[in-house]
Amino acid sequence: MKDMDDKGIPRTVPLQSATFTNPINAEIRRAAATGIYDIRGGGAKRKVPHFDDLLFLGASVSRYPLEGYRERCDTSVTLGTRFAKKPIELDIPITIAGMSFGALSGPAKEALGRGASAAGTSTTTGDGGMTPEERGHSSKLVYQYLPSRYGMNPNDLRKADAIEIVVGQGAKPGGGGMLLGQKISDRVAEMRTLPKGIDQRSACRHPDWTGPDDLEIKILELREITNWQVPIYVKVGATRPYYDTALAVKAGADVVVMDGMQGGTAATQDVFIEHVGLPTLACIRPAVQALQDLGVHREVQLVISGGIRTGADVAKALALGADAVAIGTAALVALGDNDPKWEAEYQKLGSTTGAYDDWHEGRDPAGITTQDPDLAARLDPVDAGRRLRNYLKVMTLEAQTIARACGHNHLHNLEPEDLCALTMEAAAMARVPLAGTSWYPGKEGF
Amino acid sequence: MQTYDLEANGLRGLNETLQAQNAETNQTSWEVVNPKGSHAIAVGLDAPIEVTVKGSTGYYCAGMNQQATVKVEGSVGPGVAENMMSGQVIVDGDASQYAGATGHGGLLVIKGNASSRCGISMKGIDIVVHGNIGHMSAFMAQAGNLVVCGDAGDALGDSLYEARLFVRGSVKSLGADCIEKDMRPEHLALLSDLLERAGSDAKPEEFKRYGSARQLYNFDVDNAQAY
Repeated sequence: MKDMDDKGIPRTVPLQSATFTNPINAEIRRAAATGIYDIRGGGAKRKVPHFDDLLFLGASVSRYPLEGYRERCDTSVTLGTRFAKKPIELDIPITIAGMSFGALSGPAKEALGRGASAAGTSTTTGDGGMTPEERGHSSKLVYQYLPSRYGMNPNDLRKADAIEIVVGQGAKPGGGGMLLGQKISDRVAEMRTLPKGIDQRSACRHPDWTGPDDLEIKILELREITNWQVPIYVKVGATRPYYDTALAVKAGADVVVMDGMQGGTAATQDVFIEHVGLPTLACIRPAVQALQDLGVHREVQLVISGGIRTGADVAKALALGADAVAIGTAALVALGDNDPKWEAEYQKLGSTTGAYDDWHEGRDPAGITTQDPDLAARLDPVDAGRRLRNYLKVMTLEAQTIARACGHNHLHNLEPEDLCALTMEAAAMARVPLAGTSWYPGKEGF
Repeated sequence: MQTYDLEANGLRGLNETLQAQNAETNQTSWEVVNPKGSHAIAVGLDAPIEVTVKGSTGYYCAGMNQQATVKVEGSVGPGVAENMMSGQVIVDGDASQYAGATGHGGLLVIKGNASSRCGISMKGIDIVVHGNIGHMSAFMAQAGNLVVCGDAGDALGDSLYEARLFVRGSVKSLGADCIEKDMRPEHLALLSDLLERAGSDAKPEEFKRYGSARQLYNFDVDNAQAY
């Protein structure tokens, strides 16, 4: 385009709208053409305050560090110390979040079990029940108890090392799930007692309880059935972290799992993922506050999930008061999801490496979020499990590096005082001072 | 007959004792006295024993039952026989919400009425209610049979999958994607068997059958108003 028109008058520069952006306009056209909202996998892609907005202060004159590689920095964590006869002992405070067989292929579930077990941590089932492969390859397996109760049976319940009652999920707090028909293979259909090929809906509410008083009775029933042996977690999508944590504690939970909006899902409406829920960073301090107000911080453990990627994220979550974290999307990337080697195939699917999120369609080139046997065969569960183990070990080493630099001999000794914030938003959410100051928004006495 | 006083000896002892029974046990007949509306009575059983509860119970009586026959000489709170896998649960009185929720197998008989959401998300269980059932019953019911000798409330079988619903009386309204279907000979035979096993003298010919229209099994924007 010329800078001037035919009469020599300068043109204005075409200006893209900050409101009606090209992606927004493309979505309007897509909606107009199809009549249905966009469904995708993954978590929130919008930029929200996150762990990157925090920094560790490190040791100085007032504190001395521990020698890297020489002085011990422990990483173990025990989950379920409140009521369970057999709490879960983990070597590292990084667990694998719930992802279903159905959403993921059999080899992918096996790889998660192999990697987590080799790193000394737990993995978690998902909607659709427990598979023998998953149980067999997971030294510590958490069994999710979901509203759909697909595949739910007392025999599997008793095989679990812990039970996680799923109230909500960070990607879609208040929402149920959807597994599209193309992923309902014969085996998935049989496990879920549904016809093959239909769109399988998962309810948003549990069918036999509503509210915290009922939840307390449901927890009693599960404990009676499992002889009070295993810990019972309550997982919530982050929306009202203080009250949800308090109510979970009141209902008798051993562990509270708080999942922020960056936490992934196999398939949900994009509008839900991007516009409902709280950033992970915003939910940790209120949840910890609830535990402290009830006098059960560290007695009831807090697991944080949603956008955990590095050892720094782990260390920051623990410094803010969490006992452990859970990873989902990052674990899939470690297995091979969104790997550049599949770029040509991502292009054919209208996507690109790093952006592929149509996990619900079952056409995943990496063979992870699929039930297509040919695609699933692309993933070697042994190799993928080894990659996950390596990644978990790197995250742990990173977190230890930071903890030693802050002078701590256990990751759980990290504390908010070790942190500062780069932005006002992060300072307010994490309740740590803005870098270079002793102030954060809402702090009393200023 | 073994007698267990729940008030005197506590819930933990009861469930631990009943769950310890196996196929070879000689203690096949149990009586639970003084239930006084307690929750989670006789849950997680997995042996061919018979347990009679002498009175009314709270939530989740006989939850996740396998093999056992549990009789309640009274009424039951929410979630009786939830997620039952096999065996039988027989309630002399009425049942609160969610009776037989998500049950995979076995037979649940309610000789009185059942409240709302009876048979919600059922996955293979057979439920026979001698009286009436409340609203939203058989919501998202996947498999199994729900037999109602009385009337059904609003939104029966909403978002139904493959469960079969049989109602002798009136149906206040049908839920989304639930329709009346022909009663074929195989359904009459099935119904006859269930009624006999449930101790009902109702005649199969007096019932109507309801099932899924299967219009919502795969999303179609033209059905959006039904969601």
